[in-house]
Amino acid sequence: MANKLMVQVEQLNKSFGDLHVLRNVDLQVEESNVVVLIGASGSGKSTLLRCLNFLEIKDEGRIFLEGEQIEKETHNLNEIRQRVGMVFQHFNLFPHKTVLENVIEAPILVKKTPKKQAIDDGKALLDKVGLADKYHVYPSTLSGGQKQRVAIARSLAMKPEVMLFDEPTSALDPELVGEVLNTMKELADEGMTMVVVTHEMGFAREVGDWVVYMHDGKIVEYGRPEELFDQPKEQRTKEFLSSIL
Amino acid sequence: MSHFFDVFMVSYPIFLEGLKITLYLSAASLIMAFVIGLFFAILKISSIKPLQWIADGYIWLIRGTPLIVQIFVLYYGITEIILIDAFWAGAIGLAIHSGAYIAEIIRGSIQSIAKGQMEAGRSLGMTKLQTMRRIILPQAFRRAIPSLGNQFIIGIKDSSLVSFIGAQELFGVSSSLGSNSFDFLTFYSIAAVYYLVIVLVLSVVVNRIEKRLAKSD
Repeated sequence: MANKLMVQVEQLNKSFGDLHVLRNVDLQVEESNVVVLIGASGSGKSTLLRCLNFLEIKDEGRIFLEGEQIEKETHNLNEIRQRVGMVFQHFNLFPHKTVLENVIEAPILVKKTPKKQAIDDGKALLDKVGLADKYHVYPSTLSGGQKQRVAIARSLAMKPEVMLFDEPTSALDPELVGEVLNTMKELADEGMTMVVVTHEMGFAREVGDWVVYMHDGKIVEYGRPEELFDQPKEQRTKEFLSSIL
Repeated sequence: MSHFFDVFMVSYPIFLEGLKITLYLSAASLIMAFVIGLFFAILKISSIKPLQWIADGYIWLIRGTPLIVQIFVLYYGITEIILIDAFWAGAIGLAIHSGAYIAEIIRGSIQSIAKGQMEAGRSLGMTKLQTMRRIILPQAFRRAIPSLGNQFIIGIKDSSLVSFIGAQELFGVSSSLGSNSFDFLTFYSIAAVYYLVIVLVLSVVVNRIEKRLAKSD
């Protein structure tokens, strides 16, 4: 049952000035899998994520999307980004637009979806993330958990093939983390391919198909959640897990 | 005081002509200034160094010289090449002047919009230009409104300097009337009243806009 590879990363390197943030990173994400990236802050996991939708441009290495090698010289990265959704730690909703306007903006502007169609789709997505009563309010009136669910709906509106989550619950009050994780879990259950940077080890264990531990820009260990959490092979992984659990 | 009101009532038809020219002059120059300001603000935040230098040079030149010098240089400079009336020479001079300040206001407000907004737009497949137009600029303008309003008020008052190249706007009218009658104090005081009313109206409008837009923030 070899699944289709949605994302493939080979020997990825990225530096910011003198800081070598990613060192020879290899990663494979199969269709409908959830890959969870864990590691201390500064370990490069967010940078890896941002390279996957080309918000950061790699220095060296290869990135494949559905088997096709993507380079900024040969591809229109704006088109590539439509296929790779991204959810940010700080939501980054558009504050001057209502919830529904946030969701329909990109489909109308970028995909040229007819407005009526975009509104119907947008409402359906907002219903799905539990915000049916919030179409016409501005983001400033929402709780953090609601904002993040709008952000997820906004990203899904572009019908991406892969969704990236960059610490989606780190800016939330503890009591709001659950609603966002539940939304993500539903998405995973529907078969969305997801790469998630998170500190929520419960989520990683329950929803993750694979867990990747990063340290110092390198992938230290890669495995099924039960293996990596219960029988980590590497000393570094053990130390990290004991420091957070 | 009754002398002031008498003169005010007698002179108002002439002053209304001046007021009209002041308003046209201000409107024409501020519309041009806004376009100029937006243009140079975008040059300044572009990632292309020579474009930044052009914008820096323009702002340096305008901020470093008095407006009256700019108006005179422009008026006598332009009329060397083509014949242009005082109104348009003045309007262009005021626009180039206010444009430099407006450029800085807009640049500052664009840069005050969180970096995440651009990233969110780009991550949805929007181009840099689309994100700028639909996401960044609308927010930046909202943030700039108080400062822009302030700059517009300065622009209206600065339009009085165009009288020195012959425009018969409010200040020009009061100067002429003053030198005919030697009653300078009264006519300049009347001009002050007109300016105060214009600025008051504009302040109220700016405040209203600010309040209305604040709802979504």
